[in-house]
Amino acid sequence: MGCGRVGAWLAGLLDAEGHQVTILDIDTYSFRRLPSTFGGTALLGNGIEEESLKKAGIEEADAFVAVTQGDNHNVMAAQIAKHIFNVPKVICRIYDPLRQELYDTLGLETFSPTTIFAQRLKEALEK
Amino acid sequence: MYIIIVGGGEIGYYLSKDLLTEGHEILVVERDADRSEFIIGDLGSVCVRGDGCEVATLTEVGTGRADMLIAVTGDDEDNLVACQIAKHKFNVPQTIARIKNPKNEAIFKKLGIDVTVSSVKIILEYIEEEVPTHPLTHLLTIRDKGLEIVEVKIPPDSTTVGKPVKELTLPQESVLSLVISKQQKPHVPTADTILQAGDQIIAVTTPESEEALRTVLRGT
Repeated sequence: MGCGRVGAWLAGLLDAEGHQVTILDIDTYSFRRLPSTFGGTALLGNGIEEESLKKAGIEEADAFVAVTQGDNHNVMAAQIAKHIFNVPKVICRIYDPLRQELYDTLGLETFSPTTIFAQRLKEALEK
Repeated sequence: MYIIIVGGGEIGYYLSKDLLTEGHEILVVERDADRSEFIIGDLGSVCVRGDGCEVATLTEVGTGRADMLIAVTGDDEDNLVACQIAKHKFNVPQTIARIKNPKNEAIFKKLGIDVTVSSVKIILEYIEEEVPTHPLTHLLTIRDKGLEIVEVKIPPDSTTVGKPVKELTLPQESVLSLVISKQQKPHVPTADTILQAGDQIIAVTTPESEEALRTVLRGT
């Protein structure tokens, strides 16, 4: 869910490896970011709406990744995927480190690009 | 009670006004600078500018000692997150979320929000109540008991007109509590109460037997 730079890039990688990929976004213009070789499905829809998720095939999905710009959007979509549709693997991006920490303790698999990138920058500076 | 309100829009503003009058300690968290200034100008220093979905902001406003957090922003996902942070990070005993999309009610419940209020659903119910042919109106939901209080109007052509209550096969868990009729004062029905056309029946039932109750009372 979320066809931004990260979402489109990830979709491209997974598609190239032969996975069946569906990418959801609320703006069709964002699909321009997908690589021209992308063989998956690009679907207009909101990942916090059950109907859009069903249309995207969430009931048969092995994994769900939430990478829109909105932390809360990602959190809600990831929880729907995990607790309502029982998707086996759910990963959620949360920019806010404190929020990320909380949802991590609540059992969501989360990443905070903020802390990861800051750490990498620090390591690069110290080299 | 110390109540934190996330979102200082129309609902947040009028809600805090009411709760202040009732003597509660209120704090509104509002993201927009102009809006929070307006609230402070009007209600006094009861508003903090900030994001109510941020742990840092909620720490600053003393969420740890709050008795209740009410999230009434215009975005369902923001209200969900504000309530979840309050509940799981600060152990706030009671959380209430406003929801825009009525479909989110079930999701929020499953994700641990104590109470949800759907403005769309409430407006629809009020309008439906005014439609004369509307068969059944929800008056109140007693969520923790799984019960609801409904109103059913007896139509003139109903087969129940002229019948005593004891001849009706009411679904289980359904109780007729009050009959409001044109001819007499509102009264508690007994087994011998005869139903008349146009009677309004107030009944307690469960969401599951609601349909059956409606069928029995309307005689169709």
